[in-house]
Amino acid sequence: MKILRIAAIGILLLGSILALVPMVWLILATFRANDRVFSEVFTVTKPTLANYTDLFTMVPFFQFLANSTFLACTAVCLQVFFSSLAGFALAKYDFQGKKLVMGIMLATVLIPGQLTLAPSYDLLYRMHLVDTYQGLLIPGAVSVFGIFLFRQSMVRIPDELLQAGRIDGCSEFGLYWNVVLPVSRPMVGAFSLMTFMATWNSFLWPQIMLHSKLKYTLPIALAQMVGLYQQQYGMLMAGTLVAVLPVIILFLLLQKEFVAGLTAGAVKG
Amino acid sequence: MTPRRSYRVGGGAAPYIFVAPFVLLFLVFSVYPILQSFRLAFYATSGPQDWSPVGFRNFTFLLQDPDFHKAVTNTLTYTVATVLLQLPLSLGLALLLSQKWLKGQNLFRLIFFSPHLLGQVFVGVLFAVLFQPKYGLVNHAYAAITMNPANITTKWLGDPVTVMPALVLTSLWMYVGFNMIYFLAALQGVDQELHEAALVDGAGTLARFRAVTLPAIWPVCQFVLVTSTMGSLQLFELPYLLLGNTSGPDNAGLTIVMYLYQNGFASGDLGYASAVGWTLAAGMLVISLAQLRMSGGVGKE
Repeated sequence: MKILRIAAIGILLLGSILALVPMVWLILATFRANDRVFSEVFTVTKPTLANYTDLFTMVPFFQFLANSTFLACTAVCLQVFFSSLAGFALAKYDFQGKKLVMGIMLATVLIPGQLTLAPSYDLLYRMHLVDTYQGLLIPGAVSVFGIFLFRQSMVRIPDELLQAGRIDGCSEFGLYWNVVLPVSRPMVGAFSLMTFMATWNSFLWPQIMLHSKLKYTLPIALAQMVGLYQQQYGMLMAGTLVAVLPVIILFLLLQKEFVAGLTAGAVKG
Repeated sequence: MTPRRSYRVGGGAAPYIFVAPFVLLFLVFSVYPILQSFRLAFYATSGPQDWSPVGFRNFTFLLQDPDFHKAVTNTLTYTVATVLLQLPLSLGLALLLSQKWLKGQNLFRLIFFSPHLLGQVFVGVLFAVLFQPKYGLVNHAYAAITMNPANITTKWLGDPVTVMPALVLTSLWMYVGFNMIYFLAALQGVDQELHEAALVDGAGTLARFRAVTLPAIWPVCQFVLVTSTMGSLQLFELPYLLLGNTSGPDNAGLTIVMYLYQNGFASGDLGYASAVGWTLAAGMLVISLAQLRMSGGVGKE
């Protein structure tokens, strides 16, 4: 029994090392001069900030950071608001066409996003929204997945709570804003983080949509830097680290909600 | 489920107003493109202005294009390899982490999950450097494990044979801990009394796992199987970035979505892109239905 436990802990420690070592190497590499990136493994004998100064002077990296931040934050606000509002309606009201709406939603869940890349581009081109942030934000303002998540958590809110609000003279939107949304805070936290990560890391669609360099998001900018500055390993690593840091910090703050939200869909089905 | 039997108030126009933004955006930006993609697939386009009908020629060209065959083979190889390796590893880690005597569960969970936070693009950039032939981190480990110093210059991403193993390794690093989260949540829901009853009956660890744990977590196993298969079939960013915005030597890293991107958007033929999209969607539907059908039978035992 004891040997088994030691073996189990051994496996877990080995797994932890495998998970962490690439990230530790990444952090250390950013502080090495470019010609020394591969000459040491887990040491930094002559630490330098040159990679970071290169990053912000050779490319408009601050602009990319600002672009990504703006897009991700706006997408979170839009998606949380519209998805939770629709989720609330589907969870707590009976209305005509409700079954139809949910049926169409379910039918599209199985359709992969790549299918609509071409026709969406065609549509947005005709609407003169290619190479604009509106073109990225408006089509993505609601998420079917988000509506399902919110509906599922809001179904559990007791009807009596809503009824009490109505008796107090609350409007239907007031109920949503003052009662339903505060009660659903864990789900709001989880879904915000998921949306933030998805927008922050999204590549293919922004790559197709954004043509002017100053509008690039971090993933597109970094992909382009990989081509332009192939040998500048130190700067590429610094760019990667700066690009992933916001997500990691946000995750550490919202960890509990995130795990709960992630598994809500799978476990309760 | 939930207490359904209670009175509900219609709320007048409110629910319609609440779902209206969604329905409107959904019809314009999801339903319309889906229908339009069906039409587009039968046209050759050069830019959004110039459409000419080509009948089934997009599909016939696609089906005999060696590059597409390569993309399908690569994508399927990657999918089978990652799913077969990833799911047992994820479940195994989750089983170890759910042992009651273990301390520091939350810390381990955080560590195993953390690679997933980086996202495919950034993981691709990072691992392209880790796989560097001259003294990259992977080669340091590879030379040490194989005890062959010559391996320190292995060209992982420069050799068609090793591109796929490199891709699978990177994907394992990124997704094992992610899928582990689902298994962990499922394991927490397993009925402990059943376990104790089986223990009283003298069932061994393996017997209890098969009789109690596995049936209880089976729906989550199915969920993880289907979602990770679907995710693998849509692989794009990871190889694209890993291989420096290319499909790799001898197209060894070409995937279906990369093929769609290169042949549809780089050349501006949205019609062809739609034909590839429909082919991918049909393939994904068939595979996921087959998976659910096959795994569904086992779960009912």
